[in-house]
Amino acid sequence: MTEHNMALAQLEPGEKAIIEFKDVNKWYGDFHVLKNIDFSIKKGERIVVCGPSGSGKSTMTRCINRLEEHQRGSIIVDGIEMNDNLKNIEAIRKDVGMVFQHFNLFPHLTILENLTLAPIWVRKMPKKEAEEMAMHYLERVKIANQANKFPGQLSGGQQQRVAIARGLCMKPRIMLFDEPTSALDPEMIKEVLDVMIQLADEGMTMVCVTHEMGFAKTVADRVVFMDAGEIVEANEPHEFFENPQHDRTQLFLSQILNH
Amino acid sequence: MAKIFQPSPSLPPPVNSVGAVAWVRQNLLSSPLNIFLTLFSFYVLYLLIPPVVEWGVVNATFGGESKAACTAGGACWAFIGVYFEQFMYGLYPAEETWRINLALILLVVLIAMFAVKAVNKLYLSIGIIAVYPVVAYFLFAGGVFGLEIVETSLWGGLFLTTLLGVVGIVASFPLGVLLALGRQSSMPIAKSVCIVFIETIRAVPLITILFMASVMIPLFLPDGMNFNKLMRVLIGITLFSAAYMAEVIRGGLQAIPKGQYEAADAMGLTYWQSMILVILPQALKLVIPGIVNTFIGLFKDTTLVYIVGMFDLLGRIQAATHDSNWLGTTIEGYAFAGFIYWAACFGMSRYSMTIERKLETGHKRN
Repeated sequence: MTEHNMALAQLEPGEKAIIEFKDVNKWYGDFHVLKNIDFSIKKGERIVVCGPSGSGKSTMTRCINRLEEHQRGSIIVDGIEMNDNLKNIEAIRKDVGMVFQHFNLFPHLTILENLTLAPIWVRKMPKKEAEEMAMHYLERVKIANQANKFPGQLSGGQQQRVAIARGLCMKPRIMLFDEPTSALDPEMIKEVLDVMIQLADEGMTMVCVTHEMGFAKTVADRVVFMDAGEIVEANEPHEFFENPQHDRTQLFLSQILNH
Repeated sequence: MAKIFQPSPSLPPPVNSVGAVAWVRQNLLSSPLNIFLTLFSFYVLYLLIPPVVEWGVVNATFGGESKAACTAGGACWAFIGVYFEQFMYGLYPAEETWRINLALILLVVLIAMFAVKAVNKLYLSIGIIAVYPVVAYFLFAGGVFGLEIVETSLWGGLFLTTLLGVVGIVASFPLGVLLALGRQSSMPIAKSVCIVFIETIRAVPLITILFMASVMIPLFLPDGMNFNKLMRVLIGITLFSAAYMAEVIRGGLQAIPKGQYEAADAMGLTYWQSMILVILPQALKLVIPGIVNTFIGLFKDTTLVYIVGMFDLLGRIQAATHDSNWLGTTIEGYAFAGFIYWAACFGMSRYSMTIERKLETGHKRN
């Protein structure tokens, strides 16, 4: 455990973490993909996770809603400890929305049905109410006029905005973004980032794996840099970009900022 | 001032790329080899069609009481006419065949009601899946409401073929889905049970299963505990077809991107919710051709019940060709059987294509 992680894991007295990693380790077969992750995220905090590919940043994020299992240590999300108990996992997933790199909209359902599926079946919301709420979120991501189309008929940027609206429909307390703009054409990245910035301004707790350093600078409360399964460094964006502590961070930043 | 970009207007396609002439040119005469193949095909058709028409229509006999009436040298369709009732209903009593017709009409009406907007589709589906089979069973077997009891040993002909096919299809489909899900499951016991079942059934010919069902199972059952042979054969056919169905559906499940499973999980859907609402609708749509392939195979495999002494359409026709009044009518009989099977299977294939088009929701998945 490095000094920096230690400092960041500490919260001010009386403050409660909404996500807490304690000495989390994970292996894929023999491959040690997450090493001693110790990290806390406060309610309303916006975290950007960056790092080279294979550094474990996606895996760490996906552990928060148990799309990946960790094998050692503990993860506590919203007061619920993550373990094999299906009830706990389902309870956490209700509260954690997720946006994927490849959108993962359901191609056999219309946009509206994509949004209402979970509210109707998981939250047991009446269909009409779910549809009204879905339209509200579609309007917020400025795509309400596409409600009855199928995902295959939308552009990548539009699909990703639908995916964000779909996550919001569950009224989550935490939103996870796993490289939300990496599969998009350059012209579409901005429309997705704008929606994410708007969301951040409203105080949503966000964990975002991304290479959009501009987004990190404007939105993040903290930037986490990972390499080889470890958190190398985590700091406020200004400090992180202007005054990186580790040579590994410096190398990474020099490579992605000056190309 | 910056220049304003104006996309050029779209133009109509060149005249010679649309219309009938273009179609002929593109599809029949596009290259020397194609011209040759087109001419050759016409020649083969010229050789084949006139003799068939001559035999089947021009020189055919359509009426008469025995083979002796067929003197024109062509097909003896009189044979089919005389035996038609038996080919359709087997030995089902002639005055009771209205019950079969009624059941058929009922089914057609129920299915047609799907097109009516005012009808609740869910109740209608439950009616067709849960209520209709019971009604149909009592119509066929009788014994209630003063309906005369008709032993299943008298059931036969196209009626039996259809019954075996439809029950086999309807019962093997959900079983196949469950087996496919079981084989994909992470629960070791469910998984091994499904694998053992599928691999065992697939490794055995249908004839063996039918034989076991009709001959061997009664030997092992205690006296007095015997159930109907038709029932046993139906179970055999269903299990056999379910094993194949399971593998077809598993192919579909594997083709669904991992992201779909993850998105469903991340929303908090339970296993069954995510399967029924997200995964299966996509997976089944992908494998419609394979599913229909299995259905068509099953429908034709029902002819094997002949082995265990049940007379379906083909069995009835074969038996009728041994009638001393009609010796030498085997070709007509098989031609008729072939036509019926072709019509049924072609119908299924066309219907599946309609469904595929209906379920098409636009461009590629992602």
